[in-house]
Amino acid sequence: MSIKNIEAIRMDFPVLHQKVHGKPWVYLDNAASGQKPLPVINAISEYYLKYHSNVHRGVHYMSQLATDKFEAARKTVQHFLNAEHDHEIIWTTGTTEGINLVAATYGRKFLKEGDEILITGMEHHANIVPWQMLCEEKGCVLRVVPVLENGTLDMASFYELFSDKTRFLSVVHVSNALGTLNPVKEMIKHAHSKNIPVLLDGAQSSCHFAIDVQDLDCDFFVFSGHKVFGPTGIGVLYGKTEYLEKMPPYKGGGEMIETVTFEKTTYAGLPFKFEAGTPDIANAIGLAAAMDYIHSIGWDVMEAQEKFLLEYATEEILKIGGIKLYGTSPEKCSVLSFLIEGIHPYDTGTILDKMGIAVRTGHHCAQPLMGRFCIPGTVRASFAFYNTKEEVDALISGLKRIKTMFL
Amino acid sequence: MKQSILDTESEIIEEFEMFDDWTDKYQYIIDMGKSLQPLSDNEKTEQNLVRGCQSQVWLTAHTEGENVVFQADSDAIITKGLIALLVKVLSGNTPDEILAARLEFMDKIGIREHLSPTRANGLNAMVTKMKAYALGLKSLKG
Repeated sequence: MSIKNIEAIRMDFPVLHQKVHGKPWVYLDNAASGQKPLPVINAISEYYLKYHSNVHRGVHYMSQLATDKFEAARKTVQHFLNAEHDHEIIWTTGTTEGINLVAATYGRKFLKEGDEILITGMEHHANIVPWQMLCEEKGCVLRVVPVLENGTLDMASFYELFSDKTRFLSVVHVSNALGTLNPVKEMIKHAHSKNIPVLLDGAQSSCHFAIDVQDLDCDFFVFSGHKVFGPTGIGVLYGKTEYLEKMPPYKGGGEMIETVTFEKTTYAGLPFKFEAGTPDIANAIGLAAAMDYIHSIGWDVMEAQEKFLLEYATEEILKIGGIKLYGTSPEKCSVLSFLIEGIHPYDTGTILDKMGIAVRTGHHCAQPLMGRFCIPGTVRASFAFYNTKEEVDALISGLKRIKTMFL
Repeated sequence: MKQSILDTESEIIEEFEMFDDWTDKYQYIIDMGKSLQPLSDNEKTEQNLVRGCQSQVWLTAHTEGENVVFQADSDAIITKGLIALLVKVLSGNTPDEILAARLEFMDKIGIREHLSPTRANGLNAMVTKMKAYALGLKSLKG
């Protein structure tokens, strides 16, 4: 494995080498979306330039070639997640669709009135609303594991919230707003001891460390391509075969059928049962290129850089004084959520933008979590492996400047 | 004689032309925000709220003679500064004058990025609410 230094890695990301408002662009909004390395961009254009054809239906050469690459991409995802079978990899448009798919198929078929669905207080809206919709339709009840002051889950409550009516656990692997890495293996083990299936929302974990769905033993795992440095508009639902097989289809159309007559349609097997219509071929190929790229850099290199950036930024930001951090779990990913006391996050974000520094401000699509801390939102700087110490320094000096402008 | 909306706009444009860089401009907006008379807590009602994603804006209006008088507040200072500019331009004018105002100064002073409807408290939402108040007060008088 070749270990590139950060400057060499940054050369793979053309978008980073730009100026915003006349200043070098500092991109610290990686938890919202990761940037794309050249191999991803090239894989997508190569597909359109050299072998675009529809998949799974043509006898002609290019259709076969496109099908081979498309199905090879599925295998790449299988290995990325260490799934047992490639038919357990279902293409979606992203995390949101993955959760909606499970709620609308497994949820509708197997959950009934009075059944309880367990989530946590640090879910983003995509892991709240689909379950609320299911609850409204079926009369199920949503139970929520509380979040402690340091941004970790109240595990005592987690155990207490299980009842003889609990039927499903859907939990975020890593919190987008706080960075907290949840003890999901422990949670999955407990749920399984009561025969309750578990969905892991991997939107924020799959970009930070290697995922092994067999080791985690989750029944479903969902994530978005764009957060793992792949294209927008594509994502993945992993499901164990035993669950996917007993779930009804999600959308109807071409690709997902075996035979169609006006009297009766029979459905295709896995994974095609869940993939109606022409799939997002180009972006599936682009996502596989992103995963190959990650492996070429190496998780160890990426994790080491992110750990360094988080520790350095945390240390430096606390030196400024008058700054409160949200999410101080000992187990966390490279997300720094904070408020400068007395300054609204929108004000901080607006001035940082003027300095060329991109952060996220607001409720991070996790309004209940912000409510938990009684704040309108936070400023969130989130680091990727291609960020540098100098970029953290720019953030810190920006924050110092902001304090003098507002206070 | 009172100053016209266009004259106030020109005055603001001239002031902004004197700023060399963005820091001076934003410091001015921040200072405008700080000096805007805050609304009392009982005026910060749901009804007076201009819906926004990131910062909250409250806006009230009443008439003094022929003219509409606006008061506003926000939990974010830059937002408050921007709405202070709008209050400075529009407050104290008749409903018809307010409804006819094109407010081109917002473009000219380079705060266009705050106009996007997806931006937290897009100025557009504030302008729309101010004009809605003017229309409402006009019809009450009418």
